[in-house]
This record gives sequence, C-alpha cells and structure tokens, in this order.
Amino acid sequence: MTTDAVVSTSAAEPTFLLGKLSWNALPHDPIVLATMVVVIIGGAGLFALVTRYKLWGYLWKEWFTTVDHKKIGIMYMILGLVMFLRGFADAIMMRLQQVMAFGGSEGYLDSHHYDQIFTAHGVIMIFFVAMPFITGLMNYVVPLQIGARDVSFPFLNNFSFWMTAAGAMLTMASLFVGEFAATGWLAYPPLSGISYSPSVGVDYYIWALQIAGVGTTLSGINLIVTILKMRAPGMGLMKMPIFTWTSLCANILIVASFPVLTAVLSLLTLDRYVGTNFFTNDFGGSSMMYVNLIWIWGHPEVYILILPLFGVFSEVTSTFSGKKLFGYTSMVYATVVITILSYVVWLHHFFTMGSGASVNSFFGITTMVISIPTGAKLFNWLFTMYRGRIRFELPMMWTVAFMLTFTIGGMTGVLLAVPPADFVLHNSLFLIAHFHNVIIGGVLFGIFAAINYWWPKAFGFKLNQFWGKVSFWCWVPGFWVAFAPLYVLGLMGVTRRMRVFDDPSLQIWFAIAAVGAFMIAAGIAAMLIQFAVSIWKREALAETTGDPWDGRTLEWATSSPPPAYNFAFTPRIHALDAWYDMKGAGVEHPADGYKDIHMPSNTGTGVILAAISTVCGFALVWHIWWLAGASFAALIVTAIAHTFNYKRDYYIPAAEVASTEAARIRQLASAGA
Amino acid sequence: MRARPIMAAICLLPLLSGCGMIVLDPAGDVARQQGDLVVISTLLMLIIIVPVMALTCWFAWKYRAANTQATYKPDWDHSTQLELLIWAVPLLIIICLGAVTWVGTHLLDPYRPLARTAPGQPVGADVEPLEVQVVALHWKWLFIYPEQGIATVNELAVPEGRPLKFRISSSSVMNSFYVPAMAGQIYAMPGMETKLHAVFNETGNYEGFSANYSGAGFSNMRFGVRSMTPTGFERWAAQAKNRGTTLDRATYLKLERPSEKEPVRRYATVETGLFDRVVNMCVEPGKMCMHDMMAIDQRGGMGRAGLYNVRELSYDKFAARGTGATASDRYIAENCSNPELLGTSLARVEDQPVDLAQLTGAGLSRPRSGPLAAKSQTDKPSSARPALTPVSLTEPAS
Repeated sequence: MTTDAVVSTSAAEPTFLLGKLSWNALPHDPIVLATMVVVIIGGAGLFALVTRYKLWGYLWKEWFTTVDHKKIGIMYMILGLVMFLRGFADAIMMRLQQVMAFGGSEGYLDSHHYDQIFTAHGVIMIFFVAMPFITGLMNYVVPLQIGARDVSFPFLNNFSFWMTAAGAMLTMASLFVGEFAATGWLAYPPLSGISYSPSVGVDYYIWALQIAGVGTTLSGINLIVTILKMRAPGMGLMKMPIFTWTSLCANILIVASFPVLTAVLSLLTLDRYVGTNFFTNDFGGSSMMYVNLIWIWGHPEVYILILPLFGVFSEVTSTFSGKKLFGYTSMVYATVVITILSYVVWLHHFFTMGSGASVNSFFGITTMVISIPTGAKLFNWLFTMYRGRIRFELPMMWTVAFMLTFTIGGMTGVLLAVPPADFVLHNSLFLIAHFHNVIIGGVLFGIFAAINYWWPKAFGFKLNQFWGKVSFWCWVPGFWVAFAPLYVLGLMGVTRRMRVFDDPSLQIWFAIAAVGAFMIAAGIAAMLIQFAVSIWKREALAETTGDPWDGRTLEWATSSPPPAYNFAFTPRIHALDAWYDMKGAGVEHPADGYKDIHMPSNTGTGVILAAISTVCGFALVWHIWWLAGASFAALIVTAIAHTFNYKRDYYIPAAEVASTEAARIRQLASAGA
Repeated sequence: MRARPIMAAICLLPLLSGCGMIVLDPAGDVARQQGDLVVISTLLMLIIIVPVMALTCWFAWKYRAANTQATYKPDWDHSTQLELLIWAVPLLIIICLGAVTWVGTHLLDPYRPLARTAPGQPVGADVEPLEVQVVALHWKWLFIYPEQGIATVNELAVPEGRPLKFRISSSSVMNSFYVPAMAGQIYAMPGMETKLHAVFNETGNYEGFSANYSGAGFSNMRFGVRSMTPTGFERWAAQAKNRGTTLDRATYLKLERPSEKEPVRRYATVETGLFDRVVNMCVEPGKMCMHDMMAIDQRGGMGRAGLYNVRELSYDKFAARGTGATASDRYIAENCSNPELLGTSLARVEDQPVDLAQLTGAGLSRPRSGPLAAKSQTDKPSSARPALTPVSLTEPAS
C-alpha cells in the first residue's frame, strides 16, 4: 500500500524554454478533460458570438478600459458570479463524493482530485467570489452614497479589478494546466512546503493570491481615500450612510491585514523557491509562525467580508421598514469596535496547537466580546423594524432570512470560542457548518439582498419578483437542509476534508446534506433565470424615477442608471438620510446652471498590466525563468510608460449635461404624472 | 460542570435524537466535561438567541405593510433605555460565559495533569499515569508505551480508570490527535511535542483519527481505540510482549515512509529514547538532534567546525523522509552528542521540575495530583549529568 505520491510529480527534468511545463501537465482524468473540452467549446462559442456581433470594440472601449466606478463595480459582480458557479461546482462534487464513499467504496474522486477540489472551493469562494462581490458593491454604491463623481483614483480602480481577475484566471488555469494546491485553503506548512508538495499546485495558489492581493490592497486604499476625501459638503462622518461606514471599516481592515497575507505568502515562496527555512521542520523553521501569521490576516478577512453586508442589511431594513435606522450612533460604534476587536481574536483558529490555558482563555473571551457589538447590531435592525411599515420586497426577505440564520451561526461561533468546547469540535463538520452558516447566511444572503436592492439603480429596471422568490425559497431551506446535517455530524465526531468513511450510520446525514446542496443548486438556477427573465422583460420592469424603493440615501437621488458623472451638481448634505431629507424638504431638481464636468479618461493600462502579471505568475509557477524575467521587466516598463500618458481626463460639456438632465426631468415628470 | 439531565433533554429534540453523538456522550471524563461545556454554553446563549429570533418573526409579521392597524413611527430612531438593554444583556451573558470559559479552559487544559478520573474520584498522590507516546506518521499512528516497553501501530489500548498521559509528535506534517470518546484533540507537529491528559471511564472499542488534513492518505489515518479493564490491559500488553518484533531506529525509518491503511502491528520491544529522537528529528543514524543543535547555537555556535558541519539539510526540503534517497552526507552530522559537550541539553524537558504555577489561572487552585509534584522532587537522575566542561568551541573538531 506504499504510495509514492509525494515525489512522483517532480519526475520530469525542467527545460529552459518551458521550465517544468510539459504535455504531462494537461489533464488525463476524464472529468477534468470533459470540463476542459466544454470550456474550450464554450469559450470559442463566446468568442465567435462577440466577433460576429462586432462587440470587441464596444467591450474594450466601454468596459475593459473603463475607469467609471459603476462599470467596474458591475464587472466585479460578474467576476464574482462566474467564479461562484465554479466554486459551487466544487461544492457539489464534494457532496457527491462524501455521500458515495461508504462501505469500502472509494467514491468517484481519488485523493489527488478531491484534495484539490476542497482547496479550490475554499480559495475561490473567499478570494474570488466573496471578495469581488463586496468590492463590486462598495465600488458601485459608495461614491453614489457620498455624492461623488468617481473614486479618488479611477485608474487604480480599473487596475485593481484586472489584478483580481488575473488571480482568478490563474486559479482557473490550474484546473487545466497542471494542478491546484491540495493543502486546504490556507496551505499550512510543512504540508505546503516544497518537500511535501513538490508540484506546482501550491505555486498556483501563491501567485494567484499574490496577484489578486495587489488588486485588493489597492482597491482598499482607493476606497478609504474616496470615503475620507470625497464626501459631498455637509456630510460629516456621523452623517455618512451606514453602508459607507461599514465599507470604510472593511477597507481599513483590508489595508491593515492584506499586507500580512502578502508577507506570509512571500516567506512561503522563499521557502519553496530559494530554500529558506521560515516554515520548514528543521533549521529553526516554525510552521506555527505561518499558522499565526495567516490567521492574523484570516480573521480580519472574515470581518472584511461581513461588515459591508451589515451595512447592506442596515440600509435595506431602514428603507423597507420606512423608518430611520434605529440607533445609528451605536451602529457606527459597534462597527468600529468590531473592526478593532477583529485583530485580537486570531488565535481562536488554533486553540488546539498547545498554547497555555491563559492564552487560550484570553482569545476565547475576546472572541466572545465581539458578539456583543454584533448582537447590538441585530437588535438595532430589530428595533428598526419595530413600529415600521415593512414591505416584503426581495431585499427585505433576504434580510429577515439573514437575521434568523445568522443568529444561529453567531451562536455556534461563540460556542467554538470556548476553548474546551473547541477541543472537541475543532476541524469537525460542526465548524464547517458554523462558518457556512455565517458566510452563506451573512455574506451571500447580504449580497443577494444587495443585488435585488441596487439592480434597478444599476440597470434601470427591477428584477423579476417571481423567480427571485423561487430562488429565495430554494436557497434558504436548501441552506438548512445542506448544513444542519453537518452540525449533527460534527457532534458525532466527524472531521472535515474526509474523502472516505467507514461508519455506515453517517451516510444518511451526508445524503440529506447532498439533497440540500441540490436545493441550493435550484436556487442558483432560479437566480440566473431571474436575471435572464428580467433582462428579457426589462421594458415591463422599467424603473424611471431613480428611486424605486422610496430610498433614503443619495444614490436614489440620481437617475437609474446614473449618468457617467453621477450628479450634475454636487449635493449639499444637511441630514443623515440625505435623500429622505431632500424629499421631505421638497427640493427641486435643478434645471439650469450646468457647468462642464471634469472626468477621468479610460485607459487600457490596467488590462495590459494585469495580463502581463498573469503571464509572469504563470512563468513563476512553472519555473520558466526567462519568461518570468521578461514579463516582470515588461510590467515595470509599462507602469513607467503609463506615467507619461498625459491624456488622463476630459470634460463633459455643459450642453451635454444639460441635455442629459433635461431628458431626466422629462422622464421624472412623465413618471410623476 | 454536570449537565447530564439537560443533555438528555437536548437529545430528546427530534433532530438530535439517536445520539450517536459521541461528542456529547463520550466515554471519558475529560470529553464528558468538554461535552457538558458545549451544552452549558449553548443553553446560556439560547437565553438571548431565542427571544431575538422570536422577536424577529413577531416584528416581521406585526409590522408588515399590509397591517395598517399597527403603530407606525417613521422618525423614531433612538431610545436610551433600549440601547442600554441591547448592550447590557449580551454583555451579561458574555460575562457569565467568559467566567465559564476562564475556569473551564484552565481546568480542562490538556497539559494539566488530571485531578480526577470521574466526578468525585480524585486522583491519589500515588497514582502514576500511564504514559503513551504518540507519533503521527505519514498516514498511520505509532503508539509507544515506555512503561510496558512495547509499541503498536494503528491501535491504542489503554486501561479504563487510570489517568493517561500522552506525549504527542509527528514525523512529517501537522496532524491532530483526536479520540472523541476520550478527550478533545491536540495538534501533532513535527519537531515539537504536545501533551494531553485524559482517562477512560468505560471499557469498549472506539475510534481515533487525525483531525487535521495531512495529505493524500488523510482519510484513512484512523486507529482503533480499546479501553480495557486493567487486567485485560495487562494481558494485552503481555501478549504484545510475547509475540511482536522489535521497533528500533531502522524499523522506524522504514515504518515512517508514506503508506495508507496499515494493519495493526505490535512491537515487543522499543529502542530506548526513540520518541525523543523523533521529536528531535534525529532518528536517522548519525544525524544531529535538534536539542543538541539548539544547545550549540545557544553557546554561540561551533565556529568553523560548525560551518563545515552544517551542509545543506536534505531531510526536510528536498527529499521528504523515506520517500527519496536520504542523501547520506547532506545533513548535520551527529558529532556533538556527547554529554561532555552538551551538558544538560540532553536532559529531557520531562525530567526537569515542572513549574505548576503555569498550570493555574488567576483565581484557580493548583492541580493537586501527585505524579508531577512527586516527580519533580524524586525522579531526577538525568539532571545530575556532568556540567559542561570548558571545551573550546571555536577549535575545529578533529
């Protein structure tokens, strides 16, 4: 039964031209091969269609090179959605494997594939689904909410998006060329070190995350500066919409924590590429250092994901209850407290590593303390609903589902923060159930609420309600059917990342979980149908007022979709719910006095830099040194060349603004009549 | 920490019935206390979770737009009393839970010697725990019983009712040693030693496994756990003693090569100090132990002798142990393992007096069990090793 898997992949001698790359890197497995064929045919089809309808120019000019925060936001959302389908396919494959592999059966996946799948699932869902979704939302909404015309650094924004996309691309490439890491999504050494993972999987992991990390960090800086420097006059910090507040905190977390990830991955890179000993077993290396460092990034990351969605739920609850948000001030303080506390809880991810009882207690208790501001938030939403007039549109439905689901997830989270309880539940399926409970119940439900809420703003028509409800009723019960069994299995002592099982009494629970996964699949299908049907019937669903939900914040003051310049005049803010305040005061839409509007120009540099980065990452993964060197040099040269590009801005003439605004006023009048 | 009736009530919930839930109904006192903590914490939190969920449903229903009878106050957004309440109630619950956590974490610290084997059964001062040395190998488990002088692969047999002391390490990557029926898990890490104290209160067959993903063969990294009567255990140990083979360093090096689904194996004798060599990563003949290396480093290195000695270390980086040719001359040679040179560094940490103060938390009493305290006073032969003789470390070793 001796296996030589550990060393078998490093067999071929590297060549100068192609490094470690050879024909062996292409897939042999029928499932992967079939997927590759489908993707190639699909990609060729898409390419042909775009060419047939001569859309390349349009896509390049209007989308790929755009510096408009709204279009970049939409591209982020599309990236998130596409990667979500990939990540979910991984999830379904795991569910099937686990329900099949009983009674001596090996299931249909060998460990080589299964281990890559669970790693890819985690990496993709966190870095290339949840992160693009929240970045997309913040990109789209924040400048509108603060009355700005774009973000502070529009080119950087485009560049950030394409770097994130480049990371996603590299991750996807690993499916067909070579392999992905089989280490778990955080790639703990020594398993991820060169001796136990000698093949390219971990290298794909490292370079995909490093490239995407550049994008994430830069977009974090961009949004912080935007929020701090570009608010409309009169909007003090305590008059900022709550979504902007939570975005600010999330971006501060990004800027403060992603460098730690960059650093720890760099150290791992050095271990793998040049033979240093940061995390090796001997010569003074310490894998415990890696575990600490990666969680010092990893725990704030959880709050990076959830905080913006807390903002979404606040906006949605307030809007659809037709009420001011209850306890705005305490909501802001709760957000800030969570931001700070999220830095002093990382050790709760490894109570079982042997720290002393006092250290464990400290981190357990700080973790519990976070539940106090989080609980306060929940109460604030509750009392926002209290004595309101709640309209159960789709965003509000997702919000109520979130409140019920997230509460349970929060409870099991606090439970896991009790170190002795964690000793028996750590790494178990209970833990898996817990974090899906908060990430699906919190982050994803929030994103669905946000998509339904802001879609009319972005595209000028509402989403179809029927298919939205179908999706909702598949997703929410589906989530519980899929993950409640995992709570039970965790209490039965079943651990995560298992590929085969002995005990036949467990099978029923995995079967139930698989049913839940298919209910979720139906929910995803219904959501895609919802988008398709809504686009198809967009005339009937058209939204002309710019304010379909009787909104309260500034984004609803402009048209749907907003003009490139967002606001013809920079609004002046007098109250917290600025647009609600304006509506109450009967503010008229200004009809003249327009001026030329100064706007940033599109540029292709972001796409080019990201493309070169992808090549560089690929070359580094495969040890194609000449290509890595050449592409890195090209990267620097392109970046410097871009600084000599002086065509960075243009003016929208006042006449054009006037005609756009006149059309808008006519539209409003006809909508009002 | 006793919550068995409550636990039984929880098990009555339809979803949780059947209770193959080993975590809540284990066979060892430590796991039972940990399981009880799970239940107690859950109940504490339900005090606030249930009202919140009920209120959510109630408000969502009562204040729906269709219900025009309900009060509507669009500008009401603040109430100091309510704010106090919503911050204070969670705070109070967290204070309770925090206290439970502080006490529970210290009392159930896996490094802390057991104070009791069951409720109301303190461990006597004369009771010596059974030591088991655990090594996570690439996809199987090795258990060494120094007291019995035997070792097993993928089978852990222990006497019921006697405190157990596990010293845990790993040969290659990170694993987690977990027997849900006995006690919570603790990581098994290469080059490091972790500890776990536990006890079984019932006899029976249970399962243990690695709870931390460790590569391709991880799923099959399971072992049988047999909790036996003390006489049964002695019979078992005697059988192993009679039948098995010897586990020496050469056998170990063969054993640690990656393999899956290894059958149960027993060894009648074990080379002395094998576990320490595993922890110090010097099982291979001629390789310097980590504690020696660290002792030399602590003294400022060995000068040129050290320089010549420290060649590229192949063990960890370029050929995982047992999987490639472990190049014979490419590691740090064991040229300094004589006690003269290294002095007390060779003494096991185990043999040094244990500072019990570390094992208490503020407001908690010290563990009163005998073994450690007794050991620290009596059993210290190795600390009497000769002190370091003033050898000039800068001279090249000839």
